[in-house]
Amino acid sequence: MASMTAEPMLEARGIGKSFGALKVLHDVDLRVMPGEALGVVGPNGAGKTTLFGAMAGAFPISSGTIRLAGQNLSGSNAAERCRMGLARTHQVPRPFTGLTVFENIHVAAVAGAGLSITEATTRATGILERTGLTAYANRPAGALGLLDRKRLEVARALATGPRVVLLDEIGGGLTEAELDELIALIQGLQAEGLTIIWIEHILHALLRVVTRLACMAEGRILAEGDPRDVIAHADVQRAYLGSSPE
Amino acid sequence: MKTTHILPMPLSDRWLIGLACLVFVALALLPLVASALVVDKLTLLFILIMFAVMWNLLAGYAGLVSVGQQAFVGLGGYAMIRLVEAGLPPFPAIFMGAALTGLAAWVLSWFVLRMKVGEFAIATWVIAEAIRAVVSFDPLIQGETGTSLVALNAYAPEIRRLTVYLLALASMGVMIWGTWRLLHGRIGAQSQAIRDDEGAAASVGISTFQVKQRIYIIASVGCALAGALWLASAITFQPRTAFGVQWSVFMLFMVLVGGLGTFIGPILGALLFFALQEIFGDFGAWYLAGIGIVAIVFALYLPRGLVGLWLDRGCDEPLSMRKRLGLAPGQTPRA
Repeated sequence: MASMTAEPMLEARGIGKSFGALKVLHDVDLRVMPGEALGVVGPNGAGKTTLFGAMAGAFPISSGTIRLAGQNLSGSNAAERCRMGLARTHQVPRPFTGLTVFENIHVAAVAGAGLSITEATTRATGILERTGLTAYANRPAGALGLLDRKRLEVARALATGPRVVLLDEIGGGLTEAELDELIALIQGLQAEGLTIIWIEHILHALLRVVTRLACMAEGRILAEGDPRDVIAHADVQRAYLGSSPE
Repeated sequence: MKTTHILPMPLSDRWLIGLACLVFVALALLPLVASALVVDKLTLLFILIMFAVMWNLLAGYAGLVSVGQQAFVGLGGYAMIRLVEAGLPPFPAIFMGAALTGLAAWVLSWFVLRMKVGEFAIATWVIAEAIRAVVSFDPLIQGETGTSLVALNAYAPEIRRLTVYLLALASMGVMIWGTWRLLHGRIGAQSQAIRDDEGAAASVGISTFQVKQRIYIIASVGCALAGALWLASAITFQPRTAFGVQWSVFMLFMVLVGGLGTFIGPILGALLFFALQEIFGDFGAWYLAGIGIVAIVFALYLPRGLVGLWLDRGCDEPLSMRKRLGLAPGQTPRA
């Protein structure tokens, strides 16, 4: 279990983000300790993916600071953050369709982890096996189905050698059996000490992995803490689960 | 059995490269037996191939669809003229001019590469027109009248023709080989990732701006070198011709007809374009209309270009950039 006295692996403080007149994030604070798995839930439009984008450097934030293992990420772009150990997957898979599955992972290992071509080949091969994509290694990534595209998202993130991985709704659209495979993969990563933040609507899947839960709504954190407490929280019941506790 | 190796180049590709080397040697020796007309025509072909290979590198492998490469074609020639005026011998000035144009491309890259697809295409064209206007103001160029590279007249026509031919052949060879090496290295897969999805490329640690900048500068230097060689064979420099949008149109035509984003496609496209020019070039406006019709036919029926003829038959792309992983028995692709 992660020690709460240690320095957070990833810490967001007072994150605000506006797109023109639309304020999407309001002073969001979030922290995750080394080796911890944090779940993020919330209704559509709550700002979850925007928060991921902000932390991963996909766009500049309007206010606040983000720290990775104590290092301020302000001024660093998405590629630099990735090379510092912050990897992400995308809600809608974004494979490099003109490259093969193997090349997708290989290019991430070379660019994100700074490996040589040979080292990257070894790493990519291991990740292909781990994510169940070996048989598709030489296929164009654009030809993959949804499950394998999601696997590839995870595989590509892992290839960069991350310290923290942001998983954005990777369980959506999968069958129960496929979901079980995915959960086993994530549990394996967690067991190896990888820090995970996972946005997911499939609560039962999320609760099999995470040790802490945060619920967002309208660009704010409504509740954060033990998953059972968060789910039982009145605001969470009202804003996300669509019911009000008696 | 572990699957930790990338498959070696297919035998057919090795044969193709061997054949290309033989053709290259034969072309180097050809002036010993060929007429002056053939040498001139082949020089033009080499220049066209350089244009096609460079534009394909830019648009096909990095997704940077420029319609302003004529800026660098013209700047290559202009820099050569200026350097010769400053006292440099004409032939070294070809390469020095291309290098200086690379500097200009580096400066321009900070502006144009921040733009997205459509904006980028328009910006490159606007910049090319602006550069043409500025160059026209140079008293040495004499506005649209232009000037001639009279220093080349110091060489006997045969010597000049042979030198330009050999320089063009060598430059083409270096460009093709250099592009091959570049695309097989780190930058190759990274540029293709950027082409497919720039945001996702950044999220896996690819420094997208730096990769695009490198490709943009290399393609610009390549076009400038080809432009300077074209000037060395044509001698006359007129801004409207040297900076004309027709260069980019030719590049686009050759690459699309040959196969965008394939290694061999632009070379095939340049050969087809050259043949069309030779056969129908005397038909004036009808020739241009014919080029347009060919482009339409390819867009409708052969969108992957001449290389598509291979691919549509289920064959692997010749000289492909794909890295293929050796799969152990039992790991064959699932249906």
